[in-house]
Amino acid sequence: MAKVLMKGNEAIAEAAIRAGCQAFFGYPITPQSEIPEYFSRELPKRDGIFLQAESEIAAMNMVMGASASGARVMTSTSGPGYCLKLEALAAMTLTRLPAVIVVVMRNGPAFGTMKAAQEDYRMTGNGGYKVLTFAPSTVQEAAEMVFEAFDIADQYRNPVVVLADGMIGQMMGPVDFDKVPAKRLELPEKGWALHGKNSRGGEPIFHFIPEGRTHYGEKYEAETVLYPEIIRNETRVETKGLDDADIVLTAYGTAARMCKAAQEILGDKIKLGFIRPKTLWPFPYDAYNQIGPGCKAIICPEINIIGQMIDDVRIAAEGRWPVYHVGDSANDFLTPQQIVDKVLEIWEGK
Amino acid sequence: MKFNVTFNVERCKGCEICVEFCPKKILWLDRNYLNQAGIHPAMITNQEECIGCTNCALMCPDAIISIEKIDA
Amino acid sequence: MSIVYKKPESLNDTPFTFCPGCTHGIILKLVTSVIDELGIGGDTIAVGCVGCGGYMPWFMNLDTIYSLHGRAPANATGIKRMNPDKVVFTYQGDGDLASIGTAEIVHAAHRGEKITTIFVNNTTYGMTGGQMAPTTLAGQRTTTSPYGRDPAHCGNPIRMSELLATIDGAKFIERVSADSPSNVRKARKAIKRAFECQLEGRGFSMVEVLSTCPTNWGKTPVEALERVRTEMIPYFPLGNFKDY
Repeated sequence: MAKVLMKGNEAIAEAAIRAGCQAFFGYPITPQSEIPEYFSRELPKRDGIFLQAESEIAAMNMVMGASASGARVMTSTSGPGYCLKLEALAAMTLTRLPAVIVVVMRNGPAFGTMKAAQEDYRMTGNGGYKVLTFAPSTVQEAAEMVFEAFDIADQYRNPVVVLADGMIGQMMGPVDFDKVPAKRLELPEKGWALHGKNSRGGEPIFHFIPEGRTHYGEKYEAETVLYPEIIRNETRVETKGLDDADIVLTAYGTAARMCKAAQEILGDKIKLGFIRPKTLWPFPYDAYNQIGPGCKAIICPEINIIGQMIDDVRIAAEGRWPVYHVGDSANDFLTPQQIVDKVLEIWEGK
Repeated sequence: MKFNVTFNVERCKGCEICVEFCPKKILWLDRNYLNQAGIHPAMITNQEECIGCTNCALMCPDAIISIEKIDA
Repeated sequence: MSIVYKKPESLNDTPFTFCPGCTHGIILKLVTSVIDELGIGGDTIAVGCVGCGGYMPWFMNLDTIYSLHGRAPANATGIKRMNPDKVVFTYQGDGDLASIGTAEIVHAAHRGEKITTIFVNNTTYGMTGGQMAPTTLAGQRTTTSPYGRDPAHCGNPIRMSELLATIDGAKFIERVSADSPSNVRKARKAIKRAFECQLEGRGFSMVEVLSTCPTNWGKTPVEALERVRTEMIPYFPLGNFKDY
């Protein structure tokens, strides 16, 4: 199939259907309403189930029921809806149910504005859990990550979040669906799926925690077995020019693309290194150990006012380099020029 | 004896609902016995008088009562 | 010897952990005996709730899932949409269905979801120690209405059967009571008709069962059944509100 130009939200939905998504439950919210709209047109034509739920809470609980029934299922939302989904998301990590949750971020807190942003980096439900969180920075990458998320969720029996900023959802971009990753082999059978006990030779199943486990046994195993396995196998990062960098830029999503634009503006004047996390959890702490001895500072551009990813960058830096945030100004969206200005400010200050 | 009423006495919680609804008033909490929970469990005083109405078994919240009809 | 009454097959062998005299035990026997009679146990998925009724999954010889507070109808929607030929029912208390879960039950009925809901109404939040519920009667003392529920402060109790019956997608709504053998027998008939409504693919069905909470009402089990008769039935009239 040739490359097509698609809106990010629609490419995300199309990639999901190609990955075998059987059901979508969601709710309208800017800037991702095109995702439920696309599913509402396409899923009925392709043997899937689309249902607009009465709220994001209900949608996520429908996802939980459908996932417990063995289906490949997805929901999508923005920051305010992600808050509402957290209880059910936490429940799904406890009961080991797979699903894909796409969050297209906008400015917050609460209703905030419709402006694209990166303000939902560290949202988590109660009780301590981890979910693999992808951070695409192009429409193509969003399609690929959503496609792969279904396999990953099934492989680990854990939900997967794809965290895109509003720009990626709304922009048009080239997508080549032939380039999405191959399906993972050896995905386990879903013998635990709810279809009535006759489907299991008369053995009933109770979806609470996996059989034979206690609640704390299950949490302990997640901490000591499941999460280390995901960290080992699924951490992803893109790095460039770290050996001889004067200053390292680190960002994800659209902010990462702005770093590339900032580099074009600066030219060869300063040697810039580049670390782009592609998974936010597991965070690629190790990539920061590859920064060369000549580095003077790390700059962390984010589309927000209060930095969020910067906390993880400071952990990774381990005090070896100062870490600076550059973000939205009071009146403006983050721009490549702001990143350039920050680089020059640090560079000239030394 | 037309009906045989049995009680899983170890699971009786002594709620007395069966005693209340027996139309023949032939159920009681057996003061001569204590089950493993320290409760006087429900028992039938006279199987002969049971008419098989199943009120007791129907109302028992712990499903401890079973009733069989003895064919003549 | 022929069996006149025995425990339903769709109940497993685990002793009920409900309080002595709690009507949950009676209602679960009715639901499972209907499931046995209709021969659907092997194809049924039971959706639990948060509340004393939340213990239901532990006692069922059926596929079950434990759902978040109020969200059972949404879980059930996801399960039924993926399993349209199976039987799905929710088992919910008054806090679960009429408080936090009001949106979910209204919209399940609104969409005409082919699920069955068993609504256990005992005018109290039992599990958490006897707080006020949306169904608590005016003047009733609870741990969060210690001076008696004051309608001027927080309204009169909500009648969910009447409310849901106004929704087109709801095809069978009936209120019954567990307070006496004759009412329990009528309750079983309603529960059976509600499951048949689902089996015939007609739409949403619900049976509201007036129930007791002897522990939090401070009454003996028999006195608690009496309260259903003398105080609850006058405000929550028994009968059918929607039929097919």
